[in-house]
Amino acid sequence: MAVLDCRGLACPQPVVSTKQALDQIKEGELMVIVNNASSCNNVERFALSQGCSVKIREAGEDFYVHIHKAVGEDVRKATQPDLKAKKVAVYINSQHLGSGDEDLGSFLMKAFLKTLLDFETQPNRIILVNSGVQLAAEGSKVLETLQMLSEKGVEIICCGTCVDFYELKGKVKVGRISNMYEIIDSMLEADRVIRP
Amino acid sequence: MGPEDLDQVLKELPIPKDPKVLVGLDTSDDAGVYQLNEEVALVQTVDFFTPIVDDPFTFGQVAVANALSDVYAMGGTPLTGMNLVAFPIKTLPSSILKEILLGGLSKMKEAGVALVGGHTIEDPEIKYGLAVTGIVHPDKILTNAKARVGDKLVLTKPLGTGIISTALKAGMASQEAVRKIVESMVTLNRTAAEWMKKLGAHACTDITGFGFIGHVLEMATASRVGVVIHSGDVPVFPEAVEYARMGLIPGGAHSNQDFFSCKVEIRSDVQNLLVDIFYDPQTSGGLLISVPSSEAEKLIATLKKEGHGHSSIVGEVVEEPVGKIRLL
Repeated sequence: MAVLDCRGLACPQPVVSTKQALDQIKEGELMVIVNNASSCNNVERFALSQGCSVKIREAGEDFYVHIHKAVGEDVRKATQPDLKAKKVAVYINSQHLGSGDEDLGSFLMKAFLKTLLDFETQPNRIILVNSGVQLAAEGSKVLETLQMLSEKGVEIICCGTCVDFYELKGKVKVGRISNMYEIIDSMLEADRVIRP
Repeated sequence: MGPEDLDQVLKELPIPKDPKVLVGLDTSDDAGVYQLNEEVALVQTVDFFTPIVDDPFTFGQVAVANALSDVYAMGGTPLTGMNLVAFPIKTLPSSILKEILLGGLSKMKEAGVALVGGHTIEDPEIKYGLAVTGIVHPDKILTNAKARVGDKLVLTKPLGTGIISTALKAGMASQEAVRKIVESMVTLNRTAAEWMKKLGAHACTDITGFGFIGHVLEMATASRVGVVIHSGDVPVFPEAVEYARMGLIPGGAHSNQDFFSCKVEIRSDVQNLLVDIFYDPQTSGGLLISVPSSEAEKLIATLKKEGHGHSSIVGEVVEEPVGKIRLL
């Protein structure tokens, strides 16, 4: 197993060295040694963000960060260059999909979100505004689907003003509260914005 | 220097009391204020640090904007500046130092501040900043100690410069992210300060090294009030969320968290990555203004028109818990 001694290195060098080492391994183990809690935390987060699993052992002043990179990470990245390179945002401004019958709209929205899961890759972000925020709140019929999307790496953001308006403070069960600035920024940055 | 270490050192200093010192070290405020006469008090502050961006001219601009901010945060007008420089003149070309100083000078010109001197030492690590002197009317000082229950809290710039600078150092920051923080960091807080004074702000501080939470707590403690912050309303650079997820968090953020977290109650649905950004040390951050709630919307609307597009109402001042933050 490769061992990287990053003790005494100033931030962000431990993360940089870890990245360089992980880039060299297709699959396998890497042990990174640091000697302060913040470097340990940073290296752990970096490894997790790259899809690796992490175990940490403390020994005296030192932290041993044991990283396991699973096979398929590189391959997955290589076969889906398109979606990784392009940023896709889904903008949902109502709990009903389409206009017309509301029951049909709820059914369609549920189907839309469930079908998103069936694809090999998911959008980067789902933006919920107006009554769309109700989809992420307690009692929503699509909570489980949204949770599964979130676990696959989709970032779900809910307009804070809308959450307040619908009196859903404390009742949002998936994703995080955001604001107009971030919502507009997400749409400007995305290569594609999908409005179901 | 982290808050814990600094606190240890300052606790032991036997500073004599002087009635002309209107604002000293007691309230951890942005600048020192010393009364000269009935109409005029001196405002003094000093700031310097190591490069956080690659371009020397930009670094000079950021360092000066950062130093001047403390005077604006007190409601004062900066008048003169003196350069503080540390530079490895034997190993790096002097043209780099010249660019840094040119950048600094350009910001001073913009602010109407006269460069009257400075001090330079040889050092293996580059550092640049400014010692600033300004003035303020003794009755119009905006300390961080007069926030009132019922006030709204306004923040004028987004958070996340520390994290994005760290990502830049690691070679992992996008050009767009760097462009955004540079634009924010070179913006003077002068206009925001002018408007907050016009609209009767009660208290103000600027967001810098102790991070958003650290500086909000300084205000809450000095004013003997509590603060409620609505995390979804706090402007942040979206890239900072991504880089925080990747562990590109400066050591200062961890120090800030270690020192201040005991005074923060965080509701369970607040995203951890946002909390990381709230502890992130800022460079040349925005003003945190405690303003009567009747003026808050007007202040936001005006600031947005005057080039502070990200200004937001981020919370309110409450009675309890004193000296603490409730983060919703």
